Amino acid sequence: MADPFHIVVCGSLVPDPLQTLEPVAGAQGPGLKNETMLPAVLDPWAGHALFEAANLAKQVAGSQVWLVTLGPKAKLQQLMMTIAQKVPFQLVVLDGTASGFADAHEVATALATAIQGIPGLDRNRLLLFGGCASASRDSGVTLQLVGEQLGIRDQFLGVDELGIEPDGALHILERVEGGQYQVSRCVAPPAVLAWATGSLPEPHNNPQVGMMNMRTIMPQLQKAKPVTVGCAGIQYDTVKLPSQRRDTRVVRDVPAADIAREIVDWLKA
Amino acid sequence: MTIMTKPETQASLQTLPGDDVRQIMWRYADRFDIQMVVQSSRSVARGIVAQLVAEGARNTHDWTEAKNRMFPAFDQSGITAAGLDPEYGGFLTGPRNLALSLVAFELAWVDAGAATTSLVNNLALGPIVERGTTEQKARYMSACIPPQPGETRQPWRGAFALTEPIPYVGVDTGVLGGKVRVAKWTEGAEPMLQVEKRGRFITNMAVANFVTAAVESDDPRLKGTCMVILEESDPGIFDRGAPTHKLVHQLSSTHDPIFNLTVPASRIIGGYTVQNGVIVPNYSHGDIIEAVFARTRVTVGLMTSAKLLSAVEPVVRYQRGRFRGGAGLAPGSPRYDLGLQQKEDALHRLVDIWASGEAGSSLGFETARLFDAWEPYVRRKEALFAEQGITGARAQMRALRQPRAEALEYLALLGQPPAQRNEVRFAELDANPLVHYVVQESLANVLCPACKLWNTGHGTNMLREAVSLMGGYGITEDCPGFLGQKWMDAQLEATYEGPESVQRRQLSVTMTDDLFLAQYRQWITDMRHIGALRPATGACALATAMELWLWTFMHLRDAKDADGKALYQSQRHGVTFPLADALCWLLATRCQILDVLELAAKGPASPNLAGGGLEGFVNFFTDLCHVHTARAAGEVGRICAELVYGYDRHPAWECDLRGNCTTAILADALDQAMPGYSMIAEALSREFTDQPLPPDKAGPCVCMRATEAFSRRRTKLDGCLTGARLAKDRAAQALTQVMIPEALDYPA
Repeated sequence: MADPFHIVVCGSLVPDPLQTLEPVAGAQGPGLKNETMLPAVLDPWAGHALFEAANLAKQVAGSQVWLVTLGPKAKLQQLMMTIAQKVPFQLVVLDGTASGFADAHEVATALATAIQGIPGLDRNRLLLFGGCASASRDSGVTLQLVGEQLGIRDQFLGVDELGIEPDGALHILERVEGGQYQVSRCVAPPAVLAWATGSLPEPHNNPQVGMMNMRTIMPQLQKAKPVTVGCAGIQYDTVKLPSQRRDTRVVRDVPAADIAREIVDWLKA
Repeated sequence: MTIMTKPETQASLQTLPGDDVRQIMWRYADRFDIQMVVQSSRSVARGIVAQLVAEGARNTHDWTEAKNRMFPAFDQSGITAAGLDPEYGGFLTGPRNLALSLVAFELAWVDAGAATTSLVNNLALGPIVERGTTEQKARYMSACIPPQPGETRQPWRGAFALTEPIPYVGVDTGVLGGKVRVAKWTEGAEPMLQVEKRGRFITNMAVANFVTAAVESDDPRLKGTCMVILEESDPGIFDRGAPTHKLVHQLSSTHDPIFNLTVPASRIIGGYTVQNGVIVPNYSHGDIIEAVFARTRVTVGLMTSAKLLSAVEPVVRYQRGRFRGGAGLAPGSPRYDLGLQQKEDALHRLVDIWASGEAGSSLGFETARLFDAWEPYVRRKEALFAEQGITGARAQMRALRQPRAEALEYLALLGQPPAQRNEVRFAELDANPLVHYVVQESLANVLCPACKLWNTGHGTNMLREAVSLMGGYGITEDCPGFLGQKWMDAQLEATYEGPESVQRRQLSVTMTDDLFLAQYRQWITDMRHIGALRPATGACALATAMELWLWTFMHLRDAKDADGKALYQSQRHGVTFPLADALCWLLATRCQILDVLELAAKGPASPNLAGGGLEGFVNFFTDLCHVHTARAAGEVGRICAELVYGYDRHPAWECDLRGNCTTAILADALDQAMPGYSMIAEALSREFTDQPLPPDKAGPCVCMRATEAFSRRRTKLDGCLTGARLAKDRAAQALTQVMIPEALDYPA
């Protein structure tokens, strides 16, 4: 049996993707129209990382999970009403912007500092989890920068699977081109694992888990430290949504096999 | 005099209201347990429940495997456990009325049948929770708790079988359809009972492992009525019966079961004693169902209101996109961007739908909170009466006479400024739990039937409006938001757990309670005060409408009709029921205004709202209040006028009542109240005196000698509607600008 892991998941909130996301220029730089009032969800990639972390902690007795998050604490509190119900974790809150326009280096510094300040964290047993990308700040470098600042050199990006070998080594599958995986073996923590989608379904909400989590989450939210990160000195000439291409057909009662065949044909083409 | 005018440009609605807004308005911003169960319920509703509806699972009366998948979802998400006491596996401490109302609200947002299914277990357990013995609570609540990690057992499901008689068999709903006899009673052993019952329209029967059934004794060795618990494994017949062919709520299982079972007497809910060789249940079925239904009816009312609010987003999206895709229609043109929202009628009707949904929700959640607040006093009263040996309804009523008198004194003191009242006496009364018990009971007895009656009845009408706004699309299965299904479902919500006539009947009695009326009078004063501070809410108009209702009620209580028969009496439903209907409008609108005031007061403390949008929400909801106040005032004025005047016989040319026609002097006097009246009366009077036979359209003019007071109030009320249509215009304009999501968050 492997020694317990200390798993730190970095992740924050993003506007609910179903909402109308309209870029606007504000006093603090680019933002979204009515951003403070839009409902938020946990960044989907960070969500995968969190669920994988909880699953790993369940398998390896004694492991602990922290979610380190940078975002407006009032919105994080709303988010916790959902996320805290899914899996057990402890929350570390940095009260600041979750804007997709914040500079990744500043964000990484803030996160790394917060991680270093977690009481009882064993850096030798640290697995740093997060998303390999983000729905809001998709430069895809934040987690790597946090790892660098924490001095973690073993970094795995686009992870879809993590196995623990009998000797405690990490068996990691990373996505590479062409639907193939790169298989790595990491003898021991610490390591950075930036998750793609993983393979776990989103856990059901369970208010009983939530009530247990909230005993520690609410005090953390109340004493959250304000953090200033942003885009000072950066000027954006234009900001626009990624162009969308939708060739949608609405067809009823198509067998799953036919749909799969069409997807394969599309991939081959 | 200077008239202050409010600028017509004001911050307005930017997005649809989210959780931040609702948590404040409906008073659960500090209840994280409730917020979580709301999120949980929402994920189930917009997940599996929406999928079932979209897949057409409603298109069969049978309880299918697909429908059955809802139960594990309810179990896993905490919805099942939300109805259970913490000592038996639940997680909500304290009263749960608000929490369960919100669960039903979230589920009904997508499908009210699913909401019903989630609630029925609570309904089945309700008699046990309210009146069950310790052993009964432990057995059935523990059995219903979802399996914990490592457990493989299946949780039990329950059904609640009351009195629904089989149609055309000569019984009415006041007669219990079940019988209980002593089957075997051996000396020193527990009696065995034979229970026979045929149920109709019993929800959850397809899966129920136990049934709480109301029965009446058919044996001199057993007294009165009671409720008993039946289990599927009891010896005898536990026939689930045929599925009811109902047209609606197809995501709840409904059957007509048949039971003929032998059960131990320990299954009598609340236990029993043996007195002189007779089994005497500790609680009659009436004692139990009163306690259960008083709470569960509120959630039904909220289900309809949830559906009204759920209709807003799909209707706005439909209106805006109505013409897109048409030839030559360029993005950016008004027709492309606004679609049907260019038309005032489409917007005004949607404003009415939204305002009705807000008012119904406000009334429902206020009632749920009231039950939460009342529950500790109910427990205290029961404990006090048990200590004093006060049992039975009549003995309890006698014992509550003194607290009721003190409660009236308490309410009078409560309405006075602290500096002017006898604080010692006030503190003494305030410390008396029985005073609070009777005060809140008087409110619960009115608000609960009002919520059930108005939310479902008026809500159904407004859902039809919502469907109509979607054009032909509205009555298809593919209508976004399932509006057609929601409209049809609402008719059942107006019917089950006590149809509209039952609610009107209850209201016609409870609204005459002096304790309620004392609070009602204070509410009028409060609304005047609110009207002074926030005139845009229409609170002042509401106060005037409330005064008109009160005057009418007091008048009808003493008045007689043209034949000398008393007007406000038990069986005169033509008088009492419309007055009950009118009261509902007032109650709902009052709650709506109070919720907006709560948002205005507490919103600034919410960073998410204070950061932008709060002012717009408050302004928009204020306009909705004004719109709804005008509608309520119109309904109240119409109903009251009909009742006040309608029972006087109209004078005719040839009858003795000619003396009742208006004189010139009186017409002049009335002209003070209704400008222009004297001109009409004069013309009519001339016709009356000069012509042997009346010309067309110039009948004898009615004198309103006895009702000048009503006329003054009615006229004042009409004037109070000033600004209501401007508010409607502003709200309509806001609907053209509000940002909505790209797509509905559940499949359709």
